[in-house]
Amino acid sequence: MQRRILKRLTLITAAALLLGACEGQMGTKDDEGMEADVVEGSMDTAADEATTQGMADEGTFQGHPLDDPSSPLSQRTIYFAFDSSHIEEENRSIIEAHAEWLARHPGANVTLEGHADERGTREYNVALGERRANSVRQLLALTGASGGQIKTISYGEERPAVEGHDESAWRFNRRVEIVYRNRE
Amino acid sequence: MRTRKCLRVFGIWLGLALLTGAPAAVSEEEVLTIRITRSIEGAEPIAVVPFRWQGGEQAPERVAQIVADDLARTGRYVPIPFADLPGRPARADEVDFSDWRILGAANLVIGHVERPQPDLYQITFRLFDVFRGGQIAGYEFPAVTRGELRRVAHRISDIIYEALTGERGAFDTRIAYVTERRSGEGQRHYALQVADSDGHNPFTILDSTQPVLSPAWSPDGQRLAYVSYEGQEPRIFIQNLSTGERSLISDFPGLNGAPAWSPDGERLALTLSKDGNPELYILDLASRRLRRVTQNSSIDTEPAWSPDGSSLAFTSDRSGRPQIYTVDVVGGKPVRLTFEGRYNARPRYSPEGNELAFVHQVGHEFRIAVVDLESGEIRVLTETELDESPSFAPNGSMILYATIENGISTLAAVSTDGRMRQQLGVQQGAVREPAWSPFRRP
Repeated sequence: MQRRILKRLTLITAAALLLGACEGQMGTKDDEGMEADVVEGSMDTAADEATTQGMADEGTFQGHPLDDPSSPLSQRTIYFAFDSSHIEEENRSIIEAHAEWLARHPGANVTLEGHADERGTREYNVALGERRANSVRQLLALTGASGGQIKTISYGEERPAVEGHDESAWRFNRRVEIVYRNRE
Repeated sequence: MRTRKCLRVFGIWLGLALLTGAPAAVSEEEVLTIRITRSIEGAEPIAVVPFRWQGGEQAPERVAQIVADDLARTGRYVPIPFADLPGRPARADEVDFSDWRILGAANLVIGHVERPQPDLYQITFRLFDVFRGGQIAGYEFPAVTRGELRRVAHRISDIIYEALTGERGAFDTRIAYVTERRSGEGQRHYALQVADSDGHNPFTILDSTQPVLSPAWSPDGQRLAYVSYEGQEPRIFIQNLSTGERSLISDFPGLNGAPAWSPDGERLALTLSKDGNPELYILDLASRRLRRVTQNSSIDTEPAWSPDGSSLAFTSDRSGRPQIYTVDVVGGKPVRLTFEGRYNARPRYSPEGNELAFVHQVGHEFRIAVVDLESGEIRVLTETELDESPSFAPNGSMILYATIENGISTLAAVSTDGRMRQQLGVQQGAVREPAWSPFRRP
């Protein structure tokens, strides 16, 4: 009995590991616009988050449209003020671009990962992260994406993008990450 | 002729093989170490004499050292260094009180450990009032296995503490907490661990690459409820500590969080967002029937049961900022409890139910505070910036909490009068989300 449980646990852990690994990779591309700043302020993130990407010089972008650095679609992290889920004006165009992409690609879908900085209490921060993810979800749905394409999850303060205990880290941790599960 | 309480004899000492089913073994650098950072002024000296070892070879545990450390950790007592003691009596007839009076310690603890069988120990101790020249307490533990030696030492500390203060001791208790470390490849590893109240005997009961949070002890101290993100969803599990067996308790769409046991252990208060936003629910564990308690479009979370089981204290931002409210467990209109400060969250009732500990924002800092429910008076107990997760010792004497020290998250404890503080840290990685167990049954 016990052995079976252990075995099941191992399987779950292995699955979680795999999922975690995939996610890590997507995360790499996600943070792009902010990368330089992030690396400066942190020591720990460099290993798993900083990958450089060559831009074909002056020419047209060759990769997937979602990765085109000149497109708002390449921006997939929305940042928030402390204890707020209000979407700042400058982020609306990013979210709308994703909504449009999702509307034109019904087979594509995303997970919105809500996060909080470490201040305050952990379960409240999980709730706050969910509220942030929901406010991005609402705007996505309002501007063209269908509800079935969007999943949300909140990690609260459990998975900071940047390690650190002051505003230089916190501002990168109060965020929603738009993670494409299927890009089409 | 002085009166002596007879030596009470404990029956067979607990046959519990605790945590044997769990995936044990925690490396040396992961053991919590405790450092007292502030002592009470005028703490009382006490003489604890090393217990005489009469079992041949080497003593497996230094019982008196464990007792002295326990007493020191309260901040109320300062054990006299062994080297400064005028003698090493182990039995009542070896004590000459005049030797001890000049030392200035009002109390003296002596004892001896025998080994009647190869793997069975017998521990006897006595506590004396040096000035009155009489015994205050004395016990014999006739059959203790090697694995139980530390626990018996904590029981001795509990007996001494109660005899001296009139308050039940909380040394023979455990703490649960979450650790996080990074492996070489930067992969995060989260572990839910359980250790003795002094940080010894840590066991990992859950190891995961996904976040683990909010451990909560069942009132019988046999099970932990917690939130685990394994499978990329926050779900609530209950795990039996002695068998390692666990069950999935809550797996609704959205949040499943903040589990809190009812005082009778039959229900779990929790936070679910399945109906749109985080609300409090009560789950009956036997019938699995779920009842919604709050109805509000804002965040309601972090419930704590009042010790009489009649109401829940919780965090809500229905006023625009997180504040603490209480609500009757059958529902109804919540009553706001905190008005001082912009951020008050995660309440925990004191064992007596007359106080709440919570996270309280002071300027830009988040500290642990206690509010007296009768007077409404708030006392801020800590002085650091990012304090969270307060958890009362079952005797109400101390509050364990998480803080950031030198950039690392670590545990700390403060006496409820704020006079004594100590820090509990692991040598590597972060430790947080402490939860102090209920009293253990002997």
